[in-house]
Amino acid sequence: MKTVYLDNNATTMVAAEVLDAMLPYFHDDYGNPSSMHSFGGQVAKELAEARQKVAALLGADPEEIIFTSCGTESDNTAILSALAVDPTKNHIITTRVEHPAIKVLCEHLAAKGCRVTELPVDGEGRIDIDEYEKNLTADTAIVSMMWANNETGVMFPVEEAAILARERGILFHTDAVQAAGKTPINMKESRIDMLSISGHKLHAPKGIGVLYVRKGTKFAPFLIGGHQEKGRRGGTENVPSIIGLGKACELALRNIETENAYVRSLRDRLEAALLKAIPQSRVNGHRQDRLPNTTNMSFEFVEGESILLLMDQYGICASSGSACTSGSLQPSHVLRAMGVPYTMAHGSVRFSLSVYNTTEEVDLVIDTLPPIIERLRHMSPYWNAGHAVCANNTGGFNEKRQ
Amino acid sequence: MWEYTDKVKEHFLNPRNVGEIEDPDGAAEVGSIACGDALKLTFKLDGNKRIKDARFKTFGCASAIASASALTEMLKGKTVEEATAITNQDIADYLGGLPPEKMHCSVLGQEALEKAIENYRGVGHKKPDEEIVCVCFGVTDGEIERAVRQNRLATIEEVTNYTKAGGGCANCHEKIQAIIDRVYAAKRPAEQPAARPKLSNIRKIRMIEETIEREIRPSLKHDGGDIDLVDVVGNRVLVATRGACATCQASQATLKGFVEWKLKELVSPELVVEEVAP
Repeated sequence: MKTVYLDNNATTMVAAEVLDAMLPYFHDDYGNPSSMHSFGGQVAKELAEARQKVAALLGADPEEIIFTSCGTESDNTAILSALAVDPTKNHIITTRVEHPAIKVLCEHLAAKGCRVTELPVDGEGRIDIDEYEKNLTADTAIVSMMWANNETGVMFPVEEAAILARERGILFHTDAVQAAGKTPINMKESRIDMLSISGHKLHAPKGIGVLYVRKGTKFAPFLIGGHQEKGRRGGTENVPSIIGLGKACELALRNIETENAYVRSLRDRLEAALLKAIPQSRVNGHRQDRLPNTTNMSFEFVEGESILLLMDQYGICASSGSACTSGSLQPSHVLRAMGVPYTMAHGSVRFSLSVYNTTEEVDLVIDTLPPIIERLRHMSPYWNAGHAVCANNTGGFNEKRQ
Repeated sequence: MWEYTDKVKEHFLNPRNVGEIEDPDGAAEVGSIACGDALKLTFKLDGNKRIKDARFKTFGCASAIASASALTEMLKGKTVEEATAITNQDIADYLGGLPPEKMHCSVLGQEALEKAIENYRGVGHKKPDEEIVCVCFGVTDGEIERAVRQNRLATIEEVTNYTKAGGGCANCHEKIQAIIDRVYAAKRPAEQPAARPKLSNIRKIRMIEETIEREIRPSLKHDGGDIDLVDVVGNRVLVATRGACATCQASQATLKGFVEWKLKELVSPELVVEEVAP
């Protein structure tokens, strides 16, 4: 059975060109770029070239690129650095729908005495920029606002928000892990101070990330050790992965048009067909302010894990924001923040595409999913002969549990 | 991805007895859409009062569907009395086990069964003296207590895995812990007043220091006072008062009523606090 991989916001395939670029650096050119001998020294040159390629994707200067081990490390470094460089400020502004790499860190910092403001989102997953502006205060150390949401693909107005922060001398960080390679980023034109990306979301391997830090931004390192990354991140460079990330960024820059035309058309084809074929279905998140590759859909009165496992029988890979798949007992915090009703949140499925997907693959889902939903609805006590039997969207039918 | 047994997968992919019996002898609906799983169970008896047919409808994950399917298979051919004996563990065992986080699916099955049998017997389900402990998932103290007893659950996490209680806002964790404590306290009353082990001098002094630091000093400092531990002689704890305590008329009452009481409670009931000159 062929795998139909539509879960690219979770992780992506390492591109063949990326793997080829990496292979020599495991067994043949395994030198340490910090070494004095030319065997290691030649690797330093390749590293510099990779840094150049990463910078090019972001419209940044190579010196502004710090390699890290993952998106989470980049996110943690940015926030903790902002708090360290100005101990007189202890307020953090973020949103309710951030990735756990920011959200859980901020909860942790709040418990340690920081003041944390989590901006709410509307039903379509967007923030209110006026409300955001009101929360910028003299003690605000940093704003961390994701560029694009991993679950819904909804994009925040980060450039506009960064300008408002800059006017007040407040640092602005964005988690651009889902945005990089899918939407144009140009740090030369931007007021964003720090930006995180992760290799494995754009066809580089897992275990490599980047923190962009604008020149002139006060910075305190998170990993303290050697002189690597100009003393901003200790630890011997993950050479093969950095080389791979360089290649992946080069490809992403080249593919950004394809991403916005071809991938978008596949996503729209999938979304439109499923909405048409499946009654009581909907898209979660704003339809326009959204990444071209992501759709988060809900199918009312069925449960996400069951949908995923039945699709798995056909080799189709996707994700869900239902409670049973989140590892907790509550549906995804993103869908809850958006006020998606429980009947819809438990039956949510995220499809996230890449340039490697084809029309045939999308059509397989279009053919496969409607009967799966019908089968589960046939089993559901809330569904009877094509109609919802549960009038109350949020409550149960058991008097005790209302 | 969950580690489901082949039997769970098989019952999920080919569920038995999906549907609803018209004019059933027993029927029940448990769970809710907000909680993420719900089960509607109906059964019909034959002339010999044995369960002839049992059917289910489930909203939920793979293990919820498999548990309901398993339950209906287990019910067929049993008398109502025999069916009463089925526990959530029996459902899980039938399926070759469930992941710990998914045990609540089997509990949902047992709950539906209990309620359907009550419906058959014509008794009301709601037990009047039960109180909702977990507001997020609507779980009562009685349900938690039954799950703790039947499955010998020892931690809040286990209670959450089996009943969902405590899996939302976490505000009820203290109440859940109290139920766990109550069940085990009642089970082994003899062990309850555990004899304190005899303290070595070193251990005693260390505990006194820790108690002063953690329990006593913050309260005194709140009122601008403080104490220092000067010495420990046998069970006599010699302290000097500092700050506001040093000049306070009520400091003797504080030393006896608060400091000594705390040390007796947390270190040893034989301790006596005495003030010495600084």
